[in-house]
Amino acid sequence: MNMFKLGWKYLMVKPWNTGLNILLLALGLSIITVLILIQDQFENKMNRDAAGIDLVVGAKGSPLQLVLSSVYHIDFPTGNIPLDEADQLSANRLIKNTIPMGLGDNYQGYRIVGTNHDYLKLYETEFASGDAWLRPFDVVIGNVVAEKLELEVGDTFVGSHGIAAASHEHDEHPYKVVGVLASGGNVVDQLILTSIESVWYSHDEEHDHDKMEQEVATTGLPEISAEETREITTLLVQYRNPIAAVQLPRMVNSRTSLQAASPSFEISRLFELLGVGISLIRGLALVIVSIAALGIFIALYNSLKERKYDLAVMRAIGASKGQLFFLIILEGLMLTFLGALFGILIGHFFLFVLVMLNEQGVMSGLTATVFLSREWWILVYALVVGVMASLIPAWNAYRTDIASQLTK
Amino acid sequence: MISVDSIQFAYHKDQTFLIPDFTIKGGEALLVLGKSGSGKTTLLNIMGGLLAPHQGQVFIDGVSLYSLKGNERDTFRGKHIGIIFQKPHILAPLTVEENISLPRFFVNKSSPSRVDHFLEELDILDKKRATIETLSEGEAQRVSIARALVNEPKIILADEPTASLDDENANIVVNLLKEQAAKLNAALLIVTHDQRIKDQIEQRITITRKDL
Repeated sequence: MNMFKLGWKYLMVKPWNTGLNILLLALGLSIITVLILIQDQFENKMNRDAAGIDLVVGAKGSPLQLVLSSVYHIDFPTGNIPLDEADQLSANRLIKNTIPMGLGDNYQGYRIVGTNHDYLKLYETEFASGDAWLRPFDVVIGNVVAEKLELEVGDTFVGSHGIAAASHEHDEHPYKVVGVLASGGNVVDQLILTSIESVWYSHDEEHDHDKMEQEVATTGLPEISAEETREITTLLVQYRNPIAAVQLPRMVNSRTSLQAASPSFEISRLFELLGVGISLIRGLALVIVSIAALGIFIALYNSLKERKYDLAVMRAIGASKGQLFFLIILEGLMLTFLGALFGILIGHFFLFVLVMLNEQGVMSGLTATVFLSREWWILVYALVVGVMASLIPAWNAYRTDIASQLTK
Repeated sequence: MISVDSIQFAYHKDQTFLIPDFTIKGGEALLVLGKSGSGKTTLLNIMGGLLAPHQGQVFIDGVSLYSLKGNERDTFRGKHIGIIFQKPHILAPLTVEENISLPRFFVNKSSPSRVDHFLEELDILDKKRATIETLSEGEAQRVSIARALVNEPKIILADEPTASLDDENANIVVNLLKEQAAKLNAALLIVTHDQRIKDQIEQRITITRKDL
């Protein structure tokens, strides 16, 4: 016999009651667990994906949309910008480097992104097999794309117009996989990368077969002949110096037909918007946890009324006041410990389901199989709730008057 | 050995219990008789360290029971005093074995063999894993006796142990108490108004209440 066993036996006198209290607490804590897991991973992912990109320049529209579409690849692009304007801007002395992007096509929901090799460098990608593209219609695919679509180096596929699955297909020009990237845990895992030229040529009505054999631009903007007019979707800009952060966005927004948006600014704005919702959910979780705590308190308090006799008997056969106090606290702790344990498990399971249902969406790249150190705080928090809820019942047990109880 | 020295106690001013001084040596038995309301159970509670008297002292092997404070007295009770109540008061969530091992746990002793020993002595070894609902009245009372004896107390206090039992079981229980007290060389005090017991124990005192 020991205290744990004794406490557990008494909890199991009312298994449904005990189970309900544990479940309620677990539910509240699971919501908190999901929030912690998502918030941490989401912010990490958002920051990782935007690392190295100081400014996004694209067509006028919503700056948040511009950032979401060209940095995170979750929203639609705001439109296209003329190549010559992008060219002019790239020459600005405040700019260290620009990476052009041409969006607009997809293959089975995975976006085809026309860019140059600087984009690969930006995310420090490594190749699992093959190498970077050199000719039009050569593509490099992200790790997740390769896995889900079962593509390897040498495979070909036909892209569709639009950035969502099941739209009109460009059947004339199949893309050829020349490289598969190793998993980097960032947005590139979900992308199909190719040259800007590939995107242009796939939309051309006429086909110039000489062009198809020419090497594409691996850095900077592609050079075009004077009679051509080309467009790109966005430019990812890296500043040369801190002054650029002050001058460049204002310059672009006021003097050109383009729009500049800062990823870090837009993302903190997004989190601010989401913050209301997150606070609401967290508030709800706290209410559930409070109700669970109240439930545990009431359960212990009520069972104590019925158990006063048993407690008096225990005292009569040698239990000390302290031992009984400890017994009741221990029961509260056992309830909340189990609640926390199940809560964390359910939370991870929730996230697992969420990620599974949203493979290509915002949740992609999140994982349910990490354990954050902050989750220990859930356990600590639960145990504190356990002590609080059992303090008054334990005090009552401590004060049990043996003689009067036994002679009743 | 337990001795009671000028105990005074009253729930109301004019209802003072008249409790004579007495001593029970190890291996001896004493019967406490009295009408209901005369303070028999109160005396037992005082002797068991459950209820502090207004005046006077209880000595167990020279230790003044009420000079011990709080947890000390609880532990002392657990180690040296075995109490048997009118009803068995077996803790329902626990099995027979767990009920009997509980006193040893509370005073930090553990030896399952003692539990088995007393289960055997009281002829309930086959009920070891049983729960309270499956026990008869007589068996339940024997479980409570085993629980009172398992720490091998110096003093055994029994409050109307036979009141709810039939003739046969009452006989068995009294004989068991006498026999076990003798084996443990413990002082045995039985509070009763049960006529069936009176002939079996020679030493007796009677207590009364002032206004009765």
